[in-house]
Amino acid sequence: MTSPAPALELIGLRKKFGAMEIIRGVNLAIPSGERHAVIGPNGAGKSTLFHLVSGRYRPSGGSIRLRGEDIAGKAPQLIYRRGLSRSFQVTNIFPRLSVWENVRCATLWSMGYKYSFWRNVERLADARRRTEEILAEINLLDRWRLPAGMLTYAEQRALEIGLAIAGNADILLLDEPTAGMSRAETERVVSLIRRVSEKRTLLMIEHDMGVVFDLADRISVLVYGEVIASDTPKRVKANAAVQQAYLGIEVA
Amino acid sequence: MSDIARPPLPGLPSGRAGGVLATYGVWIAAAVVLAVLPHVFASGLALTAMCLMGTMIIFALSYNMLLGQTGLLSFGQAVFFGLGGFLTVHAMNVAESGGVPLPLAVFPLFGGVAGLAFGVIFGAVSTRRAGTAFAMITLGVAELVSSSALILRHFFGGEEGVTTDRTGLVHLFGLTFGPQIQVYYLIAVWCFVSAAAMYALTCTPFGRICNAVRDNPERAGFIGYDTQTVRFISFSLSGLFAGIAGGLAAINFEIMNAAQLGLAQSGTVILMTYIGGVGDFVGPIIGAILVTYLQVALSDVTDVWQLYFGLLFIGMVIFVPDGIAGLLARQRPLLLARQLHRVAPFYALALVPGLAAITGLSMMIEMTNQLAVHVSDGPAMAFLYVPFDADAPLPWLVAATLLAAGTWLFLRAARAARHAYDEALAASRARGRGP
Ligand SMILES: Nc1ncnc2c1ncn2[C@@H]1O[C@H](COP(=O)(O)OP(=O)(O)OP(=O)(O)O)[C@@H](O)[C@H]1O
Ligand SMILES: [Mg+2]
Repeated sequence: MTSPAPALELIGLRKKFGAMEIIRGVNLAIPSGERHAVIGPNGAGKSTLFHLVSGRYRPSGGSIRLRGEDIAGKAPQLIYRRGLSRSFQVTNIFPRLSVWENVRCATLWSMGYKYSFWRNVERLADARRRTEEILAEINLLDRWRLPAGMLTYAEQRALEIGLAIAGNADILLLDEPTAGMSRAETERVVSLIRRVSEKRTLLMIEHDMGVVFDLADRISVLVYGEVIASDTPKRVKANAAVQQAYLGIEVA
Repeated sequence: MSDIARPPLPGLPSGRAGGVLATYGVWIAAAVVLAVLPHVFASGLALTAMCLMGTMIIFALSYNMLLGQTGLLSFGQAVFFGLGGFLTVHAMNVAESGGVPLPLAVFPLFGGVAGLAFGVIFGAVSTRRAGTAFAMITLGVAELVSSSALILRHFFGGEEGVTTDRTGLVHLFGLTFGPQIQVYYLIAVWCFVSAAAMYALTCTPFGRICNAVRDNPERAGFIGYDTQTVRFISFSLSGLFAGIAGGLAAINFEIMNAAQLGLAQSGTVILMTYIGGVGDFVGPIIGAILVTYLQVALSDVTDVWQLYFGLLFIGMVIFVPDGIAGLLARQRPLLLARQLHRVAPFYALALVPGLAAITGLSMMIEMTNQLAVHVSDGPAMAFLYVPFDADAPLPWLVAATLLAAGTWLFLRAARAARHAYDEALAASRARGRGP
């Protein structure tokens, strides 16, 4: 054994919608424990890439390896059970369940309760403790009783992250976790992400360059479904092609 | 984060059970009510009605496991009710002729096992899909089973059905189940146990995940759950309880026929559940009691009572989509904040024209019925004990006025009531701080 398999590896990944090829042969290897950011202009295919990795979409070609095992085309729950959890760019919560119940449901599988219909959910001390921890982390402890659909937009965004981290998965995919948040909320979320990604592998899509350069060990730039650069923040910043394709647009 | 660092929040779920009374108070009260009811309403008619209600409560609760808890609209719930009933009847007949020493009280279990088995079989097919496709498959299964029931005459007994004798089994503790009161208590016990079991099910990890799948099936996959498996388990367990209800119906009527598993019966349980309210555990209980009561009461006074159910259903869907339980639940915050007195007069104000409109409409229905169906009886009829001729213009004018003016005033009063409700709710929130 020389080096362990990367936490996540994409090889020649492709996705077509009809005749339109949105992901056009992406190669990417993310070593275990890395914080990796994906940036790129609107419509570049970043979210589509996440959907492929997390099992929402089936790839048209190429492979996706999770710690060396091919997961391309598997159902979301199977990928989740192998230790990959994600959040969504468009808030995707359980609107009629309380905030508490949202988070607790997201802890149940990882705690081994699965489809149990013989245990009282209120008596599961470990699930309760974990739920409380997560709610404290995302600053929603005082909203626990409210139906999630009644939270403000920023609170729903926080809950979205809460659902993704509740199951303790070791590979975390976050799709624009700070989108639409105020300065203060963004700072809070960034420190939360820093904390939860401590011993994990993080892959995040982010438009806020401050956040990206603050958090990421490495950055990949996706333009028109292709990775045009994948390097340390410093070198990506200096890359001429990147400046032209993406950072220039940001400044304008 | 350690326990010490957590801000002490009042009311955060502690996981520690409260006192026996706090935890089981409602259930103890329900048991007491079930025990004393036949002494309060002792007439034969009341007893019959209550037996029917107990059966329908289980049936409606089983249906709400799908509709309210898991978000599955099924059109074939009576399949499991009916098959459970037929299996129970046959099991009783076999036990009687073979001298199997089983007391009557355990026979609903045969219904439950049959419901579960067919739930597993049909669930394996229908729960592969969700939404409209699922609804259509259940409709197909309902048709399939209904038509099979008419073909397999040996098992289903054709048009007449299959009869049984509930008194012919071994008599445990001297219970013959000849008197209706004994049947009542049998149904009451099964109803209590089934309701408690179904409630307990909502408090399990599986129960909560059902709710999650109902709210957002796509996200459920991303927290580890296979929505198809969740739907399948929910469907199978729902079949189990529907089967128990069918078994009790078989014992109660001592006959089972194909109509019990038909689409009309499936429609009835949808009606009950929806009118009672799908969003609350007690909703289907309220719906089953109310609809059964109306069935018994209305079928006595009018032969077009099914029409009134249709109207009630439409009215509920339009005006109270969350059902009676939902309507009551919305009053809870006002009650707790002592604000209910601010809205009660508005409710009364809306009720009067509402009743007038219903009276006008029912009068027109009954007059039409008299003229169109009871032609041979002539136009002479009575409505609310007032005699008149159905072909005279005055009654029509009165009915139309009641309907039009009643509706208009009701809509206005309803708007005022909603406004008053919103204000009272805001006041309660301000007073109580928090939701
Ligand atoms: N299900 C789909 N069917 C057809 N086209 C799709 C589908 N999903 C995405 N697309 C197209 O793929 C392209 C990439 O979309 P994607 O959401 O991945 O972009 P993105 O990089 O996440 O953009 P943004 O920064 O705006 O979130 C867009 O042009 C979009 O219209
Ligand atoms: Mg996107």
